[in-house]
Amino acid sequence: MNSYTTDDIYSWLEEVKDPEIPVLSLVDLGVISEVSIKGGAVTIEMTPTFVGCPALEVMKSEIATVLRNHGVEVVHIDVTFRKPWSSDRISEKGRASLKAFGLAPPPPSQLFTDLGVLETAVCPRCNGTNTELKSPFGPTLCRAIFYCHHCKEAFEQFKPI
Amino acid sequence: MDNRPLKELLYKIADDQLILGHRNSEWTGMGPLLEEDIAFSSMAQDKVGQSLAMYTLLQSLGEREPDLVAFTRNANQFHNCVLVELPNSEYDFSLVRHFFFDTAEAIRFELLSDSSFEPLAQVARKIRGELRYHTLHANTWMKQLGSATQESMSRLQASLNLAMPFALGIFEDSPLEEELIASAVFAGEQELKNRWIKKVEEIIGQTNLSLPDVKAIEPILGGRIGKHTEHLQPLLDEMSEVFRIDPAADW
Repeated sequence: MNSYTTDDIYSWLEEVKDPEIPVLSLVDLGVISEVSIKGGAVTIEMTPTFVGCPALEVMKSEIATVLRNHGVEVVHIDVTFRKPWSSDRISEKGRASLKAFGLAPPPPSQLFTDLGVLETAVCPRCNGTNTELKSPFGPTLCRAIFYCHHCKEAFEQFKPI
Repeated sequence: MDNRPLKELLYKIADDQLILGHRNSEWTGMGPLLEEDIAFSSMAQDKVGQSLAMYTLLQSLGEREPDLVAFTRNANQFHNCVLVELPNSEYDFSLVRHFFFDTAEAIRFELLSDSSFEPLAQVARKIRGELRYHTLHANTWMKQLGSATQESMSRLQASLNLAMPFALGIFEDSPLEEELIASAVFAGEQELKNRWIKKVEEIIGQTNLSLPDVKAIEPILGGRIGKHTEHLQPLLDEMSEVFRIDPAADW
């Protein structure tokens, strides 16, 4: 008989951070699509932010380590695209952590995926709205580069997708 | 069920992504602007990652594991179109190739999002969102440089003319394709090509460039059946060098 529930698993997964954005947990990032417990085995279904995300393997091994440290005997991790990830899956808490980290949270993804509008970002430093897209690609696959005309600093945005 | 037509489709998609991904990566550290260096490097990472997703689907259909498929075949076993294997040349050619290829790739994944082969449809719904950034990037620069200076326009026009016969080779027919169309796995290369022509015309129409007449051009074919230029094998040799020295290398 297990002494833990799926809620426990989710709270333990809070300890696993996105290796590229160390303030954001995988739960807040929205990449955990399902958690199930069967006997002594826990199955985590997860989905990558980007198909080519190089951090995926690190995330998988950290999930396994954290769950084992909490006494889970067998950990299965399935990577699927059954429920594909979108930036809309980042939680409110996650959005606040992104901003505190200096990354502008993504606007609703529909603006971009349906209308192709990308040029909406609020500066995470000064909250200025007079900002300009400099490059839709940044230091990681999930970031774009903007410039704030108000505080005259460059900043990064977590891309809507 | 005979899954040869499906495997053939997945191989050509995956090989296109892997080879163009590698070409894009050759811009790392060489881009004309820091932002372009980052853009081509990011698109390289996307494309190689997307090819891994396709090779993984192939593995689920009984093919060998992705690393072996990617690193141990010779040029005549690759199904990419010739367009993607051509050397990067100067930035204007790389930009035009990126524009032609990614316009087609974005439409291909839009079509595949409705595929009757559900595992492919699922990953296609994800990839099509990522490709939005690739086409946004290509269109932005084509529009900007296609209406800028005499030099930028004449360079892009020359590259458009040069790349067009190769671009038409993306849509090379296959005898196996009828089955994919009948079973609603994929709408087919001809449908893709028709949509592609409309889209490239729309973007080029917003520049001072002119699109070569696609009906008057003989497509350069053969890539899909393993007939490649002398440029592919050296690319493969370089890409697989570490794997061939030590297949178990970890880094």
